[in-house]
Amino acid sequence: MTTNQALFQYCLRLGDTNLILGHRLSEMCSRGPMLEEDIALTNFALDHIGQAEALLQYAGKLEGKGRSEDDLSYLRNVEEFENFRLVEQPNTDFAYVIARQFLVDVYQCLLYQKMQKSSDETLAGMGSRFLKESTYHLRHTSGWMERLGLGTDESKRRIQQAINDLWPYTPEMLSVRPYEKELTAQGIIPDAEEIALDWLVQVVRVLSRSGLHKPQDVVVPPPSTHSDHLVRMLAEMQYLQRTYPDARW
Amino acid sequence: MVTTLSGIEELVWERLSLIPDPEIPVISILELGIVRDVHYDGEMLEIIITPTYTGCPAMNLFVAEIKAAMHDQGFDNLKVTTVYSPAWTTDLIPADAMERLKKYGIAPPVKGSDDPFAPPPAIHCPHCGSEHTNLVSQFGATACKSLYTCNDCKEPFEYFKHF
Ligand SMILES: [Zn+2]
Repeated sequence: MTTNQALFQYCLRLGDTNLILGHRLSEMCSRGPMLEEDIALTNFALDHIGQAEALLQYAGKLEGKGRSEDDLSYLRNVEEFENFRLVEQPNTDFAYVIARQFLVDVYQCLLYQKMQKSSDETLAGMGSRFLKESTYHLRHTSGWMERLGLGTDESKRRIQQAINDLWPYTPEMLSVRPYEKELTAQGIIPDAEEIALDWLVQVVRVLSRSGLHKPQDVVVPPPSTHSDHLVRMLAEMQYLQRTYPDARW
Repeated sequence: MVTTLSGIEELVWERLSLIPDPEIPVISILELGIVRDVHYDGEMLEIIITPTYTGCPAMNLFVAEIKAAMHDQGFDNLKVTTVYSPAWTTDLIPADAMERLKKYGIAPPVKGSDDPFAPPPAIHCPHCGSEHTNLVSQFGATACKSLYTCNDCKEPFEYFKHF
């Protein structure tokens, strides 16, 4: 695998993660528990889709086969998607939306913080831009973790349940792909093992501040398969381009 | 009459400085810092811009405004190129534009810690200057602004987020 091929895979993984999370969040549009929250979640969706656009555009350029960010989003099959399994999980209720977002926000803040120092100018630029967005996301979701965790018995029970149910997907998010090692050694991408260590520290800090606990006994789902949730999401997201190829409006 | 290429580029810069930000009309898109460079080779005019934050819905509007203003000046062979690096930041907004923002009732961006895990900086009320303010909503009428209220003068106000 050449450096460009490895970096293509890497940008695909980060780009797909943002695309799928952005799409999930967009499903909350007009369904937020209150107006301010509705606006916040749809703004998060915009940020993630914007990040996906930049990352997938760069991926297409690295691949060198003339695929645009739209081609990569709409014309790939489910098994070709590289997103974290965590972000395809459904919006079961508000606690799940916040818990999923919080776990990803901590990860992305750490990732982008380090990505700013990449020897690759494009990645470094994206890192510093995305970090500012993710910082706002993290402030918002860690505030909600506290309010739900320290709120009523019911809010505490439900946010803890969401964390427990989503926790098994976090090892896959934190795992290092084989192609990453060489890129990290060259200073092109952040060290994923460092991120994993810092991630746990920051997550546990917010959990304990919120009267919540880190789940035990993690059962890791098979990392090579996507859930049916993603199959259904792609069916909806890709329907138009698949049915009317090259449709524009 | 301006005939040199650099003279024409200067005119373009001047014209760009007259385009107001569509959402915050007291500052221009130049002061906002989205225009990176202007090139004119005698035939084609290229304007290089950088997006504000990634999901900014106003970006297309900026591009449309720039194109319209340049067409008015007679530039038909026009290209607007987007670059992502170095990233846009509100640190580029000049001090006098910050003052105009405040007079307009919008609290200007405050640079907090670079650490995403640190608490956010205190935001001063643009009406009375008090630092006893409360965040009401991270996202206001536009994504680049948050909603606050002042605990002293009790007025609500918008804060232009730091990026
Ligand atoms: Zn006040």
